[in-house]
Amino acid sequence: MSAFETAGAIDCDVHPPSPRGADLLPYLDDYWKEIVTTREVDVLELMAYPERTRPYMRPDWKGDGDPLEQMQRNLLDPLGLEHAILNVVSGAHALFDPYLSTAICRATNDWLADKWLDRDSRLRASMLVPFQNVEAAVEEIERRAGDKRFVQILTLAMTELPLGRRIYWPIYEAAAKHGLPIGIHAGSNYRNAPSHSGFHSFLIEDHVAQPQGFSTQVASLIAEGVFTKYPELKVVLIESGVTWLPALMWRMSKDWRGARIEVPWVKEAPADIIRKHVRMTSQPFDGPDNAEDVAKALDHLLSDEMVLFSSDYPHWHFEGLDVLPEGLSADRMNKILRDNVRATYARLGD
Amino acid sequence: METPVLERPQESAQTLGVVDCDIHPAFSRPDQLLDYLPERWKAHMRDYAVRTANPLLGTLPYPRLTPGNGMRRDSWPPNGGPPASDLAFLQEQLLDEHNIDFGILQPLAAGSMAFNQELGAALCAALNDWQIDKWAGPEPRLRASICIPQEDVKASLAEIDRCVADGRFVQIAFPPRTLEPCGRSRYWPIYEAAEHYGLPIGLHTSAFGYRPNTPSGWTSFYLEEHFAASNSLQTVLSSMILEGVFEQFPKLKVVLVEGGFSWLPSLVWRLDREWKRMRSEVPHVKRPPSEYVRENFWYTTQPIEEPEVNRHLLDILRWIGPDRLMFSTDYPHWDFDDPRFAFKVPLTPTERSAIFRDTAIELFGLK
Repeated sequence: MSAFETAGAIDCDVHPPSPRGADLLPYLDDYWKEIVTTREVDVLELMAYPERTRPYMRPDWKGDGDPLEQMQRNLLDPLGLEHAILNVVSGAHALFDPYLSTAICRATNDWLADKWLDRDSRLRASMLVPFQNVEAAVEEIERRAGDKRFVQILTLAMTELPLGRRIYWPIYEAAAKHGLPIGIHAGSNYRNAPSHSGFHSFLIEDHVAQPQGFSTQVASLIAEGVFTKYPELKVVLIESGVTWLPALMWRMSKDWRGARIEVPWVKEAPADIIRKHVRMTSQPFDGPDNAEDVAKALDHLLSDEMVLFSSDYPHWHFEGLDVLPEGLSADRMNKILRDNVRATYARLGD
Repeated sequence: METPVLERPQESAQTLGVVDCDIHPAFSRPDQLLDYLPERWKAHMRDYAVRTANPLLGTLPYPRLTPGNGMRRDSWPPNGGPPASDLAFLQEQLLDEHNIDFGILQPLAAGSMAFNQELGAALCAALNDWQIDKWAGPEPRLRASICIPQEDVKASLAEIDRCVADGRFVQIAFPPRTLEPCGRSRYWPIYEAAEHYGLPIGLHTSAFGYRPNTPSGWTSFYLEEHFAASNSLQTVLSSMILEGVFEQFPKLKVVLVEGGFSWLPSLVWRLDREWKRMRSEVPHVKRPPSEYVRENFWYTTQPIEEPEVNRHLLDILRWIGPDRLMFSTDYPHWDFDDPRFAFKVPLTPTERSAIFRDTAIELFGLK
């Protein structure tokens, strides 16, 4: 029932099933093969993003058979997508051993290229790099950068340290150099509790709390001066909910007017920095239930450039194209489905 | 015929006094609270100070931007002492100047956050006695908050029982950065007492807590820390609803203080969306979260939201409902809101009187 043309759209958040230990073996050297086998490194699923649980599986998408063929049949073909960006939300982000994490990230990237990107030219992927091991993360970016099908670097909304910290800057330098946005995906590696009052009782609370992770990551990147240092860098917030962002823009700009002496390298109002550097995928969309108010909520961003289409296939958020809320003009819709995505991911044009 | 009906409330709203839901009284000298402590705790304070999760003893870990840890530069009383420590000057600079009929005291001293639980309970009791003795006693426009050591529920109930007969206490106060999410059942006896006595619970954002101030660890800067403080209020709201507090205590009233409010519409849309999908995980939550939000929560307005386009504030006000918002100044802090200028959008007379007066009068039973 979609009232708009999806042909040529680009889907910025599509999830292949996470690879198991056996899937990664062909891409590991002998040492890591033995480690992964004897120490039983198999399922790497985040407690805060448990993909095998019910909320992550639409009942109608369960099924056997080749997952790529299913994706083609359920998503790529019917929507006529030009591209879909694969995001593996991996437990590699949460492993404590920085070298094991490095091995898993590299193998997962190889697996993505081999089992997915090589088999369907519409597919693109986010690269996994070990934020626990910054030097190795930069090596992995440099090793992989020549393959333009990798279009961004993935991390989480809730991490070990706020993402603006200088320890991560070499990753941003390599990302900026190669035109790779930093994709911040919903989820936590549980290094820190997801709330000021510790861990939640319920999964639904972790879900509800994700904007707290996204907002503080954006605040950190601004306050630490990452966008001052890397003016070309883009950040994409994936599965953030969208409508929480204006509140951060207003609050941070107001505080910056009063407190800028603390961060003299932040030369512009945070709201302006956010409009330049921060993008959000459209699904899930935390919106009011009528078209007029949806339009108002999006107006608060003061920009039509910031929202990028995503389906979140095959998670339960995915509702086909009905997910894009009512209240979007044809012009806004076109930007979300195509123009904004191309402007964000420079490597899609290569 | 209609014109006078529209005009009359507008005029009366402008002449009626304001209710200020967030005033921070201060000690006139650093050891003033000792006067209200028994000898045992006086000696303890002298010998060991108050140990809390603040990594620095006696200093805020994120230095504030104005003298006095973030005070209005004009708020030092002419007779000496720190800002908001002198009743006469507070009356002159705040209550008289801004036509404030009622002001709710929100003491920020660390009773609720003391690691030593017995000391925490003693500090809360001292704070409560001090509020009455120095402030709400001599100045009837000021009303007090029953500060409780929320992690020690038994001591909290005893303190509520000790204070509740004194009608000058109009709410029960503790910080939102509780040791566990505050919807957990360990805190329910406090809510039972609050509901029983008809006292709202007031949760004021706090500058430090037991846990990092972001889900990714500690921020480097005040600029990030100040914003992140409002996240603790979001956790309070979500946790209390999703743990089923309001199914058990449907008349409980919760006031979220000094955390802004423009984050609320998006959070409520999110709560409802997730609840529709995952309600089987929380079967004790019988109704859409937005319904509890509409019935059980209120918000103070300072620091007022300042959208880049002023009229966007009206969207937020109407999504939340002007009957849930209560004006506050945060006197004497640097980001004080002046009731004459805080709202840069045109409010209807009904909205204005609700926000500046009526809602707080009714919620706190002020008379």
